[in-house]
Amino acid sequence: MDFLTILQILDSAIRLATPLLFACLAGLYSERSGVFDIGLEGKMLMAAFASAAVAALTGSVWVGLGAGIVAAILMAMLHAVASITFRGNQLISGVAINFLASGLTVLAAQNLFQQGGRTPALTGAARFSSLDLPFVETLRGVPVLGPIYAEVISGHTLLVYVAFACVPLTWWVLYRTRFGLRLRAVGEAPEAVDTAGISVIRMRYLALTITGVLSGFAGAYLATGLAAGFVKEMSAGRGYIALAALIFSKWRPWQALGATMLFGLLEAVANRYPNLDLGLFSVPAAFMQALPYILTVVILAGFVGKAIPPRAGGQPYVKER
Amino acid sequence: MPKWADVVLVPLVSVIIAFAISGLVILAIGQDPWEATKLMVDGALGSSYGWGYTLYYTTNFLFTGLAVAVAFQASLFNIGGEGQATVGGLGVALVCLALPWPHWALALPAAVAGGALFGAAWAAVPAYFQAKRGSHIVITTIMFNFIAAALLTYLLVNVLRPEGAMDPATPRFPEGTNLPRLHQILGVVGIPFSDRTPANISLFIALAACVGVWALLWHTRLGYQIRAFGQSQPASVYAGISPVRITMYAMLISGGLSGLMAVNNVMGEAERLVLNAVEGAGFIGISVALMGRNHPFGVLLAALLFGFLYQGGAELSLWMSIPRELIVVIQALVILFTGALDNMVRMPIEWLFMRRRRG
Repeated sequence: MDFLTILQILDSAIRLATPLLFACLAGLYSERSGVFDIGLEGKMLMAAFASAAVAALTGSVWVGLGAGIVAAILMAMLHAVASITFRGNQLISGVAINFLASGLTVLAAQNLFQQGGRTPALTGAARFSSLDLPFVETLRGVPVLGPIYAEVISGHTLLVYVAFACVPLTWWVLYRTRFGLRLRAVGEAPEAVDTAGISVIRMRYLALTITGVLSGFAGAYLATGLAAGFVKEMSAGRGYIALAALIFSKWRPWQALGATMLFGLLEAVANRYPNLDLGLFSVPAAFMQALPYILTVVILAGFVGKAIPPRAGGQPYVKER
Repeated sequence: MPKWADVVLVPLVSVIIAFAISGLVILAIGQDPWEATKLMVDGALGSSYGWGYTLYYTTNFLFTGLAVAVAFQASLFNIGGEGQATVGGLGVALVCLALPWPHWALALPAAVAGGALFGAAWAAVPAYFQAKRGSHIVITTIMFNFIAAALLTYLLVNVLRPEGAMDPATPRFPEGTNLPRLHQILGVVGIPFSDRTPANISLFIALAACVGVWALLWHTRLGYQIRAFGQSQPASVYAGISPVRITMYAMLISGGLSGLMAVNNVMGEAERLVLNAVEGAGFIGISVALMGRNHPFGVLLAALLFGFLYQGGAELSLWMSIPRELIVVIQALVILFTGALDNMVRMPIEWLFMRRRRG
């Protein structure tokens, strides 16, 4: 394995980690506010379809991105109405959202485009094109760092950089703003937040709106950045991997970056080497694909540091009378 | 609110809302919901061919629905039916391929044991982690669905596939494991039935499982403990019921029931193990259990309804330009209204009864 191959794998790892990172941060806001969200997959899929369909119809990826975000927010609000307002079971609501997205996207795609549940292939301005960061060509000659800058860091679509920027932003919002303090409090001790005169319901709705926006980015990147159009079931379990990454990172933003990069790297390696030969034995691709899930179970079982979810997670808040 | 309203009226209203919205979805894609309903009823119930497929799907959903219901009674949400049924299929396939079975009557009990054992084993790990280490069963069972899919892909591609075959599947099961189909069984008593449907003797195993689950839950000590644990964990612990024991038992029974589904789809229908043999039936079990209010009789009715929807939906995609995915939407709406939005339906009905009582 030469240096260039490693760089190419890292490059593809970043691309594959981006939707996971968006979705993982989306889940972070929701779960930190005390609302479990296993509907990330559905929100992502819905956004992927909406962005690809609108981008195909208007020819503008920006309008598509907007449509993706709106679609994901609508799904998040459905989750909010069911689990916050009507105090329903958050897990059941999440499952329903996943199925709703998986069915509705195909129905709508078939109805709009008659191409067997996909959108037409996106070209030109209907897709996010890759950006070249400044000084790529001048710096390429610098040994080691030059190729890393040119191959790995530069040449991604805008959304990749947005995803990375969301990590410090989330950290700042969560730990350095009043909103973040309240958000974390509402997920740990909603009764205390209520006593302080802050509406638990409102905080949770706000958190879920942010979840919608971020999962909208995740879906739009999937359909207009990573791929060129929507294909049936294109999220392919990424929402669940993001959920796994969220648990893996123990609901913290910087660790979420690490976890999603790790899972992106696993996927990139599995794509490149269907049968990874390690000399003594070969690792089948199926094992690489299952590894994020296996690691999550190990983490959840507390063998490698315990993952403790926000204390009020999963329970609807009932105001005391 | 009287009991009948809680048990019958609320789920009925929820299902009606779910179907009304499904009708709107059909309208939105420019098709006629009335026409679609007629086609579905005709295609699923209008002939013995339709009934055969409806009952075949019903059998699958009975197993997975009962599986989810048993776990729900212990207030455990088992989303892992898909993975447990997948691994159950592996158990059934291994049993069928292990011996040159002389007759199905010998192979069937062994396959039942194999499917149930493998399914239960796949549920055992998440159950143990929930009981002993407090990791959330919903997340671990989701993860185990994906691990099961990867495991099966690996085994079918690299281990179980016969030499030279292209598609990732096991060889055909020996002749002696082929289960009697419904038309053969009904033929014995002289009822004519279409011979082109996959409905088979597993239907009766599923019905027996229904009765078995009912007897277990309401007429045994373990069933009482499962329900008590589901109602209130602190109270049941105070009554001397061990949470670890009940979590393990409920999940093992649940996984075993999911695994049993493989007797129908792997041994009864495909007669070999293929990739993605479960086809989402494990997830439909969630809708079936929610709609059936976790009672075996309710599960039976709900499984029949979903069997009808599945066969009817297949006819729809054949004769009208409505994709099969419509069933997924209906399924999602049923989960949403009978599960997550239960309070939205329940509160106005409760209010109406309160007002009537006050006069």
